[in-house]
Amino acid sequence: MKRPPKHAPVRIGSTDDLRLFQRMMATAITRPLSADDGLQSRWIDGRPMEKVAAEFIKPNDRLTSFERLELYNRMYWFRLFDAICDDCPGLQAALGERAFGRLAQAYLARYPSQSFTLRDLSSRLVRFIRERPSLTAPRTALALEIARFEWAQTVAFDGEFRPVVSAAALARTPPGRLRLGLQPYVTLLDLRHPIDSYVISVKRRDAMRSEASNTPDSTVTARERIRRVPLPRPSRTFVAVHRHDNRLFYKRLDPAAFRILEALSKGSTLTRAIAAAGPGATPARVRNWFKSWMALGWFCARGNKRGRRPS
Amino acid sequence: MPANRFNGHCDYGIGIGLRVPHYAHILSKKPVVDWFEIISENFMVEGGRPLELLDRILEQYRVVQHGVSMYFGSADKPDRTHMRRLKGLVKRTKTPWLSDHLCWGSVDGTYTHDLLPMPYTFAAARRTAEKIRQVRDYLEVPICVENVSSYAEFHASEMTEWEFLTEVVELADCGILLDVNNIYVSSKNHGFNPYDYVDNIPHGRVGQMHIAGHTKFEKYILDTHDHPVLDPVWKLYAHATELCGISATLLEWDDKIPSFDEVHNEALKANEFIDGAKRAAV
Repeated sequence: MKRPPKHAPVRIGSTDDLRLFQRMMATAITRPLSADDGLQSRWIDGRPMEKVAAEFIKPNDRLTSFERLELYNRMYWFRLFDAICDDCPGLQAALGERAFGRLAQAYLARYPSQSFTLRDLSSRLVRFIRERPSLTAPRTALALEIARFEWAQTVAFDGEFRPVVSAAALARTPPGRLRLGLQPYVTLLDLRHPIDSYVISVKRRDAMRSEASNTPDSTVTARERIRRVPLPRPSRTFVAVHRHDNRLFYKRLDPAAFRILEALSKGSTLTRAIAAAGPGATPARVRNWFKSWMALGWFCARGNKRGRRPS
Repeated sequence: MPANRFNGHCDYGIGIGLRVPHYAHILSKKPVVDWFEIISENFMVEGGRPLELLDRILEQYRVVQHGVSMYFGSADKPDRTHMRRLKGLVKRTKTPWLSDHLCWGSVDGTYTHDLLPMPYTFAAARRTAEKIRQVRDYLEVPICVENVSSYAEFHASEMTEWEFLTEVVELADCGILLDVNNIYVSSKNHGFNPYDYVDNIPHGRVGQMHIAGHTKFEKYILDTHDHPVLDPVWKLYAHATELCGISATLLEWDDKIPSFDEVHNEALKANEFIDGAKRAAV
């Protein structure tokens, strides 16, 4: 968003005036909340916010201009924070609520939503964690992997489906010339931690907490008894996040199988992809892997994946 | 008006919003419902469960699309990606009309994901109407714009909200989705008479109505959609129905969502007021 005008237009007589007015108000409501979850007391140029708000917002008999603007400021942050918590339960669990809150606020301030849908809200979180590692220290490496994994879930949930390449079509093309695309909703992840197991544990914990809070004898203590999920220990993990029958799945992959899929997704021919897999890719194993991947419908014609990768 | 050019000449009756907690019930029990309203953005995706579910609903029910992020009132041009995806969804659902809000929410390509009130000026009305026309011409489906609930008013405004709504819909030649709960909420927050609002809009342009619950706080009312409809809103709905005719009516319940039957029964209470309007018309 461009810098707002020094003062909101007194009269809105053109589309340009309307744009300046909207820039002013949008800047005000998207500014991070103060320490007590309110509108900041000073405007970006240092003037008292009460004075700035009064320039364009009418007070009424119950609320000042400042308080009316504050309602929108709060609703903006609460809405976006809820959305990012929904998208990133694993990251929140790994960092803790406070650190995650700081990360989310800094992220949304640096990368406010550029999409008409909240579904894309965390699409640039991986990039941001790389840019500001101090916000996730000392767990930045883990945070990056969880953020990649959780974005992959979003992609798997409603990413594009392309027509599946048939076995007959595969058989018609010599392996030395055959190039296959991977369905856009499939994300291959080479991880240093078993993030899939970790995210499953977090979801299970959250479900139990929710259940506990719905039972008649629910107390804070009962919920607290459901302990923190231990952080994952380092262990190289190759996983495909995908969907099948429109349900979300995480499929662990053999390292050689992962390398084949990765090479194919980068445009290698089938022959080269298998060669890149190394000694673990025996003919029998490769046959089995392909049988499974074909059954899952993972292969499609090659094409550009449109805007679905975390940047 | 029961059926008019703003709602595709459809007489749709009483519907409810299609919401996630009810999916399993709807698909397994197949309850009789006049129609469902879907939030367009929830289905403007490229694949997966949302579209599978939508297709199953479309096999059995009439569906009308309701959007939350077209932002007709934003100074920005309409987002092309948004429009393209929306058109794809319109073709899929064959929605007889489409609604979105008379508000703004984005500027310079940054989205607030809120329904922000407009400054009620003639220039803003012209810009908004121009965008409604552009979107309608591209989507090739009638459009109804919904009045939003608001918590702020602006010094720059040159008219009342209902005058602004009228100015926009006349310039755009589009319909109105009259949200009587939003009128009530805004009337309390801004101190106007909600009946003045309903009395002074072009009734022939109302293609649909919304009803919903709200929450009262000490100094303001929030449009929370998490309660049954309150009495003053039902009364306003009855009044609007007398003036506008029996319109397709939709109950919005978006938070603390109870069982399907509870939501549906709450929506069907509208029949009492519709019957009253019918009797008054005889």
